[in-house]
Amino acid sequence: MLTLEFFLIISAALFSLGFAAVLTRRNVIMILIGIELMLSSANLNFIAFWRFGPDPDALTGVLFVLFSIAVAAAEAAVGLALIILIYRHFKSTNTFNFSLLNG
Amino acid sequence: MSTTAAFIAYSVLTLVTLGAALAAVSLRNIVHCGLSLALAFVGVAGFYILLGAEFVGFIQLLVYVGAVAVLIMFVILLTRPDGDPQPFTFDRLRRALPGLGIALAVFLVITISIRTSESLRAGAPDDAGVSIEALGHKLVTSHLLPLQITGVLLTAALIGAVLFAMKEDNN
Amino acid sequence: MADHFWISHFLWLVPVVPLLAAGMLSVSGNSRRNRAVILTLGAQILSFILASLLFITVIRAQGGTEEVVRLAVNFTWFEFGDTALRLGLLLDPLNAAMLVMVTFIGLLICIFSVGYMSRDPNFTRFFAFLSLFSAAMLGLLVSNSLLLLFICWELVGLASYLLIGFWYQKPSAAAAAQKAFITTRIGDLGFFLGMIWLYRETGTLLFYDGGAGLLEQAALHGLATGTTIGGLALSTATALLLFCGAMGKSGQFPLHVWLPDAMEGPTPVSALIHAATMVAAGVFLVARAFPLFAATAGPDTVATALIAVTWVGAFTALFAACIAVAQTDIKRILAYSTVSQLGFMMIALGVGGVAAAIFHLIAHAFFKALLFLGAGSVIHGCHDEQDIRKMGGLRRFMPATFATYAIGMMALAGFPFFFSGFWSKEEILHLAQGWPASPIPFYLALAGTFLTAFYMTRQMVYVFFGNYRADQASSEKASESRPHESPPIMTVPLTVLAAGAVLLGLVATPAWPWFHHFIEGGAATLEFGKLFTAGTLGLMLLSIVLVAAGVGAAWFLYARTSLGTAERDPLERKRPGLYRALAQRLYVDEFYDATVIRFHHAAGRAADALDRFVWHGLVMAVSGFSVLLSRASQAVDRRFFNRGFDTGCETLRTSGGRVSRWHTGNIQTYLAYIGAGLVLLIVFFAWIQQA
Repeated sequence: MLTLEFFLIISAALFSLGFAAVLTRRNVIMILIGIELMLSSANLNFIAFWRFGPDPDALTGVLFVLFSIAVAAAEAAVGLALIILIYRHFKSTNTFNFSLLNG
Repeated sequence: MSTTAAFIAYSVLTLVTLGAALAAVSLRNIVHCGLSLALAFVGVAGFYILLGAEFVGFIQLLVYVGAVAVLIMFVILLTRPDGDPQPFTFDRLRRALPGLGIALAVFLVITISIRTSESLRAGAPDDAGVSIEALGHKLVTSHLLPLQITGVLLTAALIGAVLFAMKEDNN
Repeated sequence: MADHFWISHFLWLVPVVPLLAAGMLSVSGNSRRNRAVILTLGAQILSFILASLLFITVIRAQGGTEEVVRLAVNFTWFEFGDTALRLGLLLDPLNAAMLVMVTFIGLLICIFSVGYMSRDPNFTRFFAFLSLFSAAMLGLLVSNSLLLLFICWELVGLASYLLIGFWYQKPSAAAAAQKAFITTRIGDLGFFLGMIWLYRETGTLLFYDGGAGLLEQAALHGLATGTTIGGLALSTATALLLFCGAMGKSGQFPLHVWLPDAMEGPTPVSALIHAATMVAAGVFLVARAFPLFAATAGPDTVATALIAVTWVGAFTALFAACIAVAQTDIKRILAYSTVSQLGFMMIALGVGGVAAAIFHLIAHAFFKALLFLGAGSVIHGCHDEQDIRKMGGLRRFMPATFATYAIGMMALAGFPFFFSGFWSKEEILHLAQGWPASPIPFYLALAGTFLTAFYMTRQMVYVFFGNYRADQASSEKASESRPHESPPIMTVPLTVLAAGAVLLGLVATPAWPWFHHFIEGGAATLEFGKLFTAGTLGLMLLSIVLVAAGVGAAWFLYARTSLGTAERDPLERKRPGLYRALAQRLYVDEFYDATVIRFHHAAGRAADALDRFVWHGLVMAVSGFSVLLSRASQAVDRRFFNRGFDTGCETLRTSGGRVSRWHTGNIQTYLAYIGAGLVLLIVFFAWIQQA
């Protein structure tokens, strides 16, 4: 029988994979991909807690995920526009090429 | 849905989702990464459906797979300056090791926390399908303000993205 | 009588009008020649009209009474504490006559200057200075306060300095200006001290103040009875100090040395300032302060101050006349003659004849201004030649100048009967003869009279008779360098002055001593009989003989021999030693060079040495010590404080550099820190849970 922790562990795995991508990949687009994975894992958590929560009829998790997806869409649009801007400026998508704020 | 069928679905979905996610973060060719990401999104949508949130699952498919993943593919194709993907070397792996270690540690900590929490062992209550009518009702009544703010946010993001992406010398 | 005095409300205007002209000229450009002439002459004419009105007012007010008209207007200058410093203006016969003389001669000389200075580039400046001088001189005359008189006195000195040094490009002119200024300043020091002393003793510097003035009975009595060191009466001591100033200004021995050098200035300046007016300021001062000079404790004694004045005057009169005999510069002869004549005025004052002194002063102003302007005309005509040995025969080239010059010469020499100089000199001799203290000044004055006639005749012969001698040097340019008569703007003033020099004698003959009574009160009556009293007649004959002897001797010596630069002076041929001594001005300047100036230089050198070795050494020692101290302080700073501070700074910088290395600028690094922090936090909480 499926319990809550099954889904939570899947979510944790997705999150960690995304985090690893964010930490290790040099390409800005790859970082964005990692962020999208992490967002998805959070959404998965919301749905799981809604399903196994005490009051599923309140639809809280579902509603939250709907808004979250909308925000994620906006985030993706702005993020990708930023990437294009950065690329236009530095002629590169490698993060090591634009570390201007180093100490 | 029977327990067994559900478990089988869970296993398949787990394999697809995690495998696609792993591919998305680790492949060297960035185009392959983008495609794998779309597949991972499909897996997540499957989980939503498995959990009874069919509407969210379809929305996930529409937005993530249909829009975000495609957008990322466009950007990948627009910004391919670095030429061919760099070949795998142990030196690059060594440099990635601290990040990988931290990510792994996060995973372990979360998993252990989940595993040691008794309250998360509870099974699901009876199937409580989501009524789309109820969902729509809630959106336009109690959640009307957030809905409209989201609309404004999306509009702002759209305009902002267009402005960002415009050629600078057009001003 | 008060209604006669309406004009006296405008007394202050007399000096202020030329002062305004001077102020306006000093700010206008150098090229505004016409404006300069109009302003200067306008101011002079206005002043002259005012002065004449004042003079007539005084004559009418006097009206033949015994009383001397005296109108004083006093006002408060400023107050300090309880006391107020008061200045005042005065109108009396003495300064009324002087005012007319100064403005009239000043006007004529300004007119002459328009012609004389016409080619000078600093025309405007010259007239500004001339106006300033007029203002100061007139202010000096009208002041009723010793302080105001002193202020104007110094202003007159300043104007004189500026005008002597007018051609400051000439080193000799600049030096002469300085010499004049410094020499008169020595005298002014005495004047200043005397003034301060008088103020301390009497508490006032006003001459006449309704009974409380300096020259009125109360103050004079106090001064005459009080004594100071050596039993000298206060009045004598202060009078002698004031006389120092008069000696400096009027060129009395031993402070006469500046006056001949002052001839470096333009000739109109010599005429106006150094012959007619300014040098008479000393005589005027003594005349003004005469009650102070004459104050004695008891009757029937001669005041000590007046004795000193007489002796100084008598000595100067003869001394300067001797020097004048051997000079060759036309202006220098006249300068020494001026010194000599000022000596005569001093004699007159010393023997008690204020009216005689002032009359001689005014007469002298006329004929000496005439002589100087005539000399200026000669110099102008001879192309700026001043050496009389290079002139000669000018009688034919410059008839107008010759005629007027001859009148001036005869007035100065004291030709009998028709010239003012004769009568004024006669009066002085008469008074000197009757002086109870000593007969010697009288004989000195007689010798001076003889010498005056002698040197003036010598000059006349050199300049106007014989042949023109400059031609001998450069005969090829004979026609161009031929002397020429001056334009009318220069000869007309000469004629007017000549007329004055003659006619002025009529108001002070023994037969009709109008001037004498004008100054000292009383009515003048016409009595020809007075001419023939025994004393007057005898003295008159004696001086006529002396003048005739002087003229004759000079004519005998000079007119019959050839003169020139090449030949030695006829007197030199006969008495070379004496002549050389006189030509060298009796070595007074050399004496000063050897004593006062050498001492001054030695003192200067001593002070310099003191400065250089003693004070400089001290200062260097002190500064060396401070340098040493600061070196030590610097070393301490560098070794301890700086090193400690530097080490601290270095530590901070390196540690900061190390820490800043964590900020790679790469966002992924920061995210890794966050992840590690998250893990650590959870592990920490879990650990707490279990503990």
